[in-house]
Amino acid sequence: MTNKAFQRIYTQLEAITKATVSLKAQGVSNDELATVAGRLAQVVKIKDDLVTLQVYEGTEGIPTDAEVTFFGEPPALNVSEDLAGRFFDAYGRPIDGGPEVEGERRFIGGPSVNPYKRKQPSQLIPTGIAGIDLNNTLVSGQKIPFFADPDQPYNQVMAMVALRADVDKIILGGMGLSNDDYLYFKNMFENAGALHKIISFVNTTEQPPVERLLIPDMALTAAEYFAVDKNEKVLVLLTDMTLYADALSIVSNRMDQIPSKDSMPGSLYSDLAKIYEKAVQLPAGGSITIIAVTTLNDGDITHAIPDNTGYITEGQLFLRQDSDTGKVIVDPFRSLSRLKQLVIGKKTREDHNQVMNTAVRLYADAANAKTKLENGFDLSDYDNRCLAFAKDYSNHLLAIDVNISIEEMLDTAWMLFARHFSKAETGIKEALIQKYWKSEDEPAA
Amino acid sequence: MDTQKHTTGKVTGIISNLVTVLTDGPVAQNEICYISLGDARLMAEVIKVTGRRASVQVYESTRGLRCGDKVEFQGHMLEATLGPGLLSGNFDGLQNNLATMQGVFLKRGEYTAPIDAEREWDFTPLAAPGDEVRAADWLGEVKEGWLPHKIMVPFAFKGSYRVKSIVPAGTYRACDTVAVLTDADGDEHPVSMIQKWPVKVAVTAYREKPRPWRIMETGVRCIDTFNPIAEGGTGFIPGPFGCGKTVLQHAIAKQGEADVIVMAACGERANEVVEIFTEFPELVDPRTGRSLMERTTIVCNTSNMPVAAREASVYTAMTICEYYRAMGLKVLLLADSTSRWAQALREMSNRMEELPGADAFPVDLSSIISNFYARAGAVVLNNGTTGSVTFIGTVSPAGGNLKEPVTESTKKAARCFYALSQNRADKKRYPAVDPIDSYSKYLEYPEIIDFLQKKISPRWVEMVLDAKNLVLRGKEAFEQINILGDDGVPVSYHERYWKSELIDYIILQQDAFDRIDASTPIDRQEFMLEKVLDVCHAEHDFETFEECSAWYKEVINLFRQMNYSEFQSADFNRYLEQINKYMSHDK
Repeated sequence: MTNKAFQRIYTQLEAITKATVSLKAQGVSNDELATVAGRLAQVVKIKDDLVTLQVYEGTEGIPTDAEVTFFGEPPALNVSEDLAGRFFDAYGRPIDGGPEVEGERRFIGGPSVNPYKRKQPSQLIPTGIAGIDLNNTLVSGQKIPFFADPDQPYNQVMAMVALRADVDKIILGGMGLSNDDYLYFKNMFENAGALHKIISFVNTTEQPPVERLLIPDMALTAAEYFAVDKNEKVLVLLTDMTLYADALSIVSNRMDQIPSKDSMPGSLYSDLAKIYEKAVQLPAGGSITIIAVTTLNDGDITHAIPDNTGYITEGQLFLRQDSDTGKVIVDPFRSLSRLKQLVIGKKTREDHNQVMNTAVRLYADAANAKTKLENGFDLSDYDNRCLAFAKDYSNHLLAIDVNISIEEMLDTAWMLFARHFSKAETGIKEALIQKYWKSEDEPAA
Repeated sequence: MDTQKHTTGKVTGIISNLVTVLTDGPVAQNEICYISLGDARLMAEVIKVTGRRASVQVYESTRGLRCGDKVEFQGHMLEATLGPGLLSGNFDGLQNNLATMQGVFLKRGEYTAPIDAEREWDFTPLAAPGDEVRAADWLGEVKEGWLPHKIMVPFAFKGSYRVKSIVPAGTYRACDTVAVLTDADGDEHPVSMIQKWPVKVAVTAYREKPRPWRIMETGVRCIDTFNPIAEGGTGFIPGPFGCGKTVLQHAIAKQGEADVIVMAACGERANEVVEIFTEFPELVDPRTGRSLMERTTIVCNTSNMPVAAREASVYTAMTICEYYRAMGLKVLLLADSTSRWAQALREMSNRMEELPGADAFPVDLSSIISNFYARAGAVVLNNGTTGSVTFIGTVSPAGGNLKEPVTESTKKAARCFYALSQNRADKKRYPAVDPIDSYSKYLEYPEIIDFLQKKISPRWVEMVLDAKNLVLRGKEAFEQINILGDDGVPVSYHERYWKSELIDYIILQQDAFDRIDASTPIDRQEFMLEKVLDVCHAEHDFETFEECSAWYKEVINLFRQMNYSEFQSADFNRYLEQINKYMSHDK
């Protein structure tokens, strides 16, 4: 941060809490940045001449005579093509040893797109993962989180999705990433030879939690630059939004706000929506797609964070350990992509919708059969075949290590239908059966 | 702008979008003011006054605002602009026209006129010089699309007036004076096609508001048949995310038997509004043969737009509805979702450090909600014709738990309750309206029962209650079967269960994405319910539960094919024939 001529310097703090300091100052504007004893802080409250600053790095060791310098402007990021391939901290400072990025200075957390000017999302984003492409197809301009328990490999899945997706830029917003995960992402991107299209903003667990609050806005400011100014397809990865929300609750708590459900601030919905709604299909062709991670506490989706997220995002992807195959799968029951009907059967083969629904229905029949088995009832022949199908279905399609095209997924599904069921049992439209039914000895494409 | 001297002030405090202002004169609660920030003027509303300090909520981001910035008060509350040209409009919560805004991004301080004042309309006078008129009386008429849009005595006019002059039929701009009225003191008041009204005040310029007496058809069977909503009635749809709230609301918007539909997208996803922008102009209203968009007005304040304007959006939408109701039209207001509105209230209340009620919502939440729902209703206008505002709101209960303040407060205010159930949604039984928890109080209104018996059939209400009872008994039987096992209960339990499944599959479930099944006219609903009940009341003598389930599965399949066929078409009749045959020779 460069020093400017009109900087005002104060040295008398009136109050200090764990996250904020207050002082008497004149002419301070709302949201502007400052440093308190060299640490970055932002104006969050002004009452007459008493200004309250949120200190991102925490207030440990700050004395009442700390030097406070106001910058006169809110947090900003320099944007240009030079962002590509770089790693930054929460303030947009390089952490990869490279030089500062030159470019146009843009304030982060800018205005929203006029809803009337948006376009309906319609471009499919293939990932090679059948649990996503086949059952919960992603569309550019969509916002969708992974709901996952902390022990699941969500960051790996997300990195995989990002690298396979056909996009121009990938922007990683890492909040409370463990150092190991940060290095994992870095290695993945490097090994894939994709560094040139990746921009990362990272706050690790070693850094103060309140800093995380800047990460999504930094990442999305960069995303808007590429999507709006350069008409590029941008994919933004945000992990982990639960830790972001936790940081929000810390700040609101320090500011004596009355908490609502699960000790989250009452504005949690709006705070999250402001981030997720940056996902957009722009009229000029650029788009921002957001894939986020919301970690759950023991699968509890009624907690305020996943609950508010679910109301904002266009669906959710559930990761689950499948006990039958020992693989991590994308749960076909609880996952949902709200925008999938915009591309299914339109951008994909005509049988996509029926194949998807039939496979999920048969998988549900298998789940019923399993319950029957557990309760000690006898299984019918159909039940047994459903169970066998479910195992194949998990192994060959739902498992996240599958990487095939959508055509291949559909062919695989037809092959599994033929292996375990009669044509009538699938209940698929006659015309499609005639065209696509695969007998067992024919290999799947 | 008028030359009257208005109060001014200076900013003295800022917390997010709550700003305190030191004033130099009188201010009113809910008065609108503008705060100067560089070249921009940010609109704000007074929400609390303490001495000379007014707390205002700013409808925009307050980034960069400083103490000492100038504030000008406007001397009026937040107003909606009412006149021809509102239909097929797209407005934000403050009624700015989104279509005429510059650029892709919303610009702070950019306000656009909701109505094109220069646009010309063919005006036909309905009143004559010398007529005595009062607020909301019709002075003339213009054609807005296919709708006769009445030009009225402004709602704000108090007492009675005499028409001094009125222009002859012809083409006039919306802002032209079309009539001059004289008040009791002899003062003259020019009237144009445009008037303004404060959105937070209910329009009451009508003769009376009786109890609703007729039904509004939606084409959705689980509503029309099971829990009908009255024209001028109120209903709400609570449900966790992913239960099909939006699909159900859009179905009602497409098919609802109304002249005008106002959709308030309040704090929801922007892409859902884009869906309306994209699809509605393509869809045709079967009743008029015109594009659906022509009867639709969208007030949209999506979740990422400023929170304070979100609160205003539902009031703006309601005011537009009341305006069209005063023309003797049937208006339907859909608000998605009222929970976001309540959350906007919570955020402000929190910043003002008010003592919170349950879940940190303001303590007067319940009365705010019931006041709002009370603005709906069917009314008899001064000239004896009728108009109505039917209101259906969605509620997004936190964690899907219906025991939370917004759902509970709304339950007290709304007369119809359409509970979306996670369980039904998981089983893909759409619309996921729970047949047992949901209710319509209107089914108990004698005037509504009378209407239904005349309009549909004398036995209708009896049939509906019968079907409801069968569903309830089926659910009880199902629970018994689950506890005791298929073999542990008499076959009659299975039969009871399958009867309820038949009603569920054929009457309650409906495919919103199928061209034919999506909308069912009421005569078809009557036909199907009667047929389904015939099957339920036929005598069967099943030996085993497998036999029972197989029999019903086949019947359900045939009925489903009927649902997918054009009413009384050859296909439809063929399936009907098959059902009749199946019933007569089998069991």
